[in-house]
Amino acid sequence: MTTKAFQRIYTKLEAITKATVTVRAEGVSNDELATVDGRLAQVVKLKGDLVTLQVFEGTEGIPTDSEVIFFGEPPALNVSEDLAGRFFNAYGQPIDGGAPVEGERRFIGGPSVNPYKRKQPSQLIPTGIAGIDLNNTLVSGQKIPFFANPDQPYNQVMAMVALRADVDKIILGGMGLTNDDYLYFKHTFESAGALNKIISFVNTTEQPPVERLLIPDMALTAAEYFAVDKNEKVLVLLTDMTLYADALSIVSNRMDQIPSKDSMPGSLYSDLAKIYEKAVQLPDGGSITIIAVTTLNDGDITHAIPDNTGYITEGQLFLRHDSDTGKVIIDPFRSLSRLKQLVIGKQTREDHSQVMNTAVRLYADAANAKTKLENGFDLSDYDNRCLDYAKEYSNRLLAIDVNIPIEQMLETGWELFGKYFTPAETGIKEALIKKYGKWQ
Amino acid sequence: MDQSQKTTGIVTGIISNLVTVEVNGPVSQNEICYIYLGETKLMSEVIKVTGNKASVQVYESTRGLKKGDKVEFEGHMLEVELGPGLLSSNYDGLQNNLATMEDVFLKRGEYTSAIDKDKKWDFTPCAKAGDKVYASYWLGEIKEGWLPHKIMVPFSFTGEYTIKSIVAAGSYRACDTIAVLTDANGDEHIVTMIQKWPVKVAITAYKEKPRPYRVMETGVRCIDTFNPIAEGGTGFIPGPFGCGKTVLQHAIAKQGEADVIVMAACGERANEVVEIFTEFPELIDPHTGRSLMERTTIICNTSNMPVAAREASVYTAMTICEYYRSMGLRVLLLADSTSRWAQALREMSNRMEELPGADAFPVDLSSTISNFYARAGVVTLYNGESGAVTFIGTVSPAGGNLKEPVTESTKKAARCFYALSQNRADKKRYPAVDPIDSYSKYLEYPEIVDYLKSKVSPDWVEKVLEAKNLVLRGKEAYEQINILGDDGVPVSYHERYWKSELIDFIILQQDAFDSIDCSTPFERQEFMLTKVLQVCDTPRNFEGFEECTKFYKEVINIFKQMNYSEYKSESFYNYIEQIDKYTRNDN
Repeated sequence: MTTKAFQRIYTKLEAITKATVTVRAEGVSNDELATVDGRLAQVVKLKGDLVTLQVFEGTEGIPTDSEVIFFGEPPALNVSEDLAGRFFNAYGQPIDGGAPVEGERRFIGGPSVNPYKRKQPSQLIPTGIAGIDLNNTLVSGQKIPFFANPDQPYNQVMAMVALRADVDKIILGGMGLTNDDYLYFKHTFESAGALNKIISFVNTTEQPPVERLLIPDMALTAAEYFAVDKNEKVLVLLTDMTLYADALSIVSNRMDQIPSKDSMPGSLYSDLAKIYEKAVQLPDGGSITIIAVTTLNDGDITHAIPDNTGYITEGQLFLRHDSDTGKVIIDPFRSLSRLKQLVIGKQTREDHSQVMNTAVRLYADAANAKTKLENGFDLSDYDNRCLDYAKEYSNRLLAIDVNIPIEQMLETGWELFGKYFTPAETGIKEALIKKYGKWQ
Repeated sequence: MDQSQKTTGIVTGIISNLVTVEVNGPVSQNEICYIYLGETKLMSEVIKVTGNKASVQVYESTRGLKKGDKVEFEGHMLEVELGPGLLSSNYDGLQNNLATMEDVFLKRGEYTSAIDKDKKWDFTPCAKAGDKVYASYWLGEIKEGWLPHKIMVPFSFTGEYTIKSIVAAGSYRACDTIAVLTDANGDEHIVTMIQKWPVKVAITAYKEKPRPYRVMETGVRCIDTFNPIAEGGTGFIPGPFGCGKTVLQHAIAKQGEADVIVMAACGERANEVVEIFTEFPELIDPHTGRSLMERTTIICNTSNMPVAAREASVYTAMTICEYYRSMGLRVLLLADSTSRWAQALREMSNRMEELPGADAFPVDLSSTISNFYARAGVVTLYNGESGAVTFIGTVSPAGGNLKEPVTESTKKAARCFYALSQNRADKKRYPAVDPIDSYSKYLEYPEIVDYLKSKVSPDWVEKVLEAKNLVLRGKEAYEQINILGDDGVPVSYHERYWKSELIDFIILQQDAFDSIDCSTPFERQEFMLTKVLQVCDTPRNFEGFEECTKFYKEVINIFKQMNYSEYKSESFYNYIEQIDKYTRNDN
């Protein structure tokens, strides 16, 4: 960034910690951006003359006589149509070798949409994956994370969902992406010929973790530009939010804040909500949908990060390795799309809700039968039928490699009910059984 | 207050939304002040004073604030405006009207008026000149929708007053003078339709607060039948995410037997509020046949709105409830979620570097929560009428673990406990209210038992207790079956288990998205419980557990079909016939 004439420059640091420096300065405003010894930093605390700055790259090697230059404004992004197809770092600077983007300068982390001006989300986003479309239908304007263990192919699933979704722009916010994953996304988007509708903000594992804190706001500022100004349907992908939260805890720790659960800052809920709540259906047709990834520690959803996330997002998609079929499935018990009620049976067939619930309930019966089997008990005829059903259900509907239209998912459901159960065992409304059932 | 008397100050420190202000005069705890950011005024509240330094929490983003920025103190605490037009309005936590804001985005420092002061209302006086009056005295009435809205002597008036003059029946603006009162010293006071009240102070202008003695019907069977909540009672719904807290709350809001509903969306998802905005105007109140929105006020401070205003939002909502209660109305307050409010307290306490209590929450969390719950209740007004505020809050326990400070503190304060269970939610048994862990203390109140006897049926409470017992015994049997295996236990264990399943599937589970099953009036609940218990109480001889399982599965299936049919319709009676036939034949 270039130095401007009116910028104030200071050269004496009062204190240095691993993530922050303190300098005596006048006329500094809260949240303002600065450079410390050439590294970007942001004002996080003012106390009298003392200004504390968070240095994104870390403070290794910063001398007490470093030059501190205040910019007089918070972090910003230049927005215009030219953003499309470009790759940026956490500061919004191009990393694809192209020229900087010209456009209107917008401060990131801007205000919230007035809840009264929002519209109720109502557009189904089909993905072809039955674990999503059938059981946990996505709706535009929704915010939903994948809960996955680090060894699961969440980035691949997310890329697949993004490319199949019918949206105008896809914005990738990559936090702590491995270089391999970054290249995977780049390659996948390129080979799908979709690059012109994709914008990426990427912080890889090679870069300092605190920088990640800027990624979601950068991505969402771009998203708001396209959704609000251009009335476009925008899909934002955020991966991995657990690494984002880890960066938050690093900063709060360095600022001597009292940690709450799992050494996370007490404001974790609000910090995450500020990001996820940017998902919106706007009155003029534009929308922002957020699909995120929260990696779990061995499936533990009671940890503060997935726990707070679950309270904020509109459901979660839980990836699990199914030992019966050897496939990765979308766990029907732990997954949920809170907005599915807005579209199922309305934009899909009337039997959607009952087929979905019955299929899951029978799958639960199978889980009980499995426990019985493991405990060495005899299985009833019903138990055995449940187990057979579960295997086929998992294979044909829950697995993430499924790619069929919703109608076909429903037909498959009825086919399985007819194959393994009596109509009474399904407990479905009689009228629907008559109309769609596959019993003789 | 006179402009010249106002205390002013300058900003000396900023950490996030905690700002330190050096003041030049007296300030009081919880006083409201405005920080000037250029032309924009940011509303803030004093939360601590040390010497001439006041710590204030800013209800807005503090981005761009500088040391030396000016602050002006207002001389009063956070107040709300009370008057006609509150119903069907949508406010933020500070009572700004969200509907009258222009921009799609919330603008910092944009404060809109809560009540349309120029709107005209047809006023009918019910007091006359010369009457002796006091705070909360009904001077007259206007119609707000279909509700009689009393115009009262403001709650802030102390002592006795005499009405000097009162306007005749006619159409007046909300801000017009309705009456002139004279106090003991002969000073005159003007009363309009609008009054102000500080939200953190409970309105206590009533004669007494008796124990709750009526049940509030919600149409939700697992509440009404199993653990009823009293009108003027308190309850809370803790549960991990995804267990259906919000769906349950919305069901109560739609069907609850109350004159006025206030919903405080405190730190929760914006789309949930949008759902209310979108659906409520379309829905019909089952008790009056009017649009649901007409009796609803929404206080909405969603999770992305400024944290400090979250705390204010629950108090704003409660104050509005107390206002309507003083008119002799039955009010239901739903707050989703009180945990977010507690977290807002925690964030602030943390920034002030206070010594933390458990899980870094402030040490006075428990007393703050119980003080708040204590503002609910039935009251007898001075004129002999009664009103009630029923309060149901949700709690979002971290990690779904009920042994955390907010749940534990709330448990001490609330009388009904509706525990949502992850296990039930995983099995899609909704509402996921655990029938064994949940309780209603009101079932122990003799006045409530008497009320249920006369309202539902003389042996109702015995039936409920029997059903509860069956569920408990069924759970024990289920555990035995799991340990010993299907063949390892007598058939009677299976029978016990399946009786509890029958009650679970037919009484406890309810489809909130089915137009008929979503709401069950008491009459139908009584019918269903009697019918279910009749099946349970009939002795049967099963050859083996498989026969028992098959029998109950079929019974459950027919009952379920019945739940989806309109009460006392042809198909309803058909299913009863089927049940009678099936359960008799097998005898």
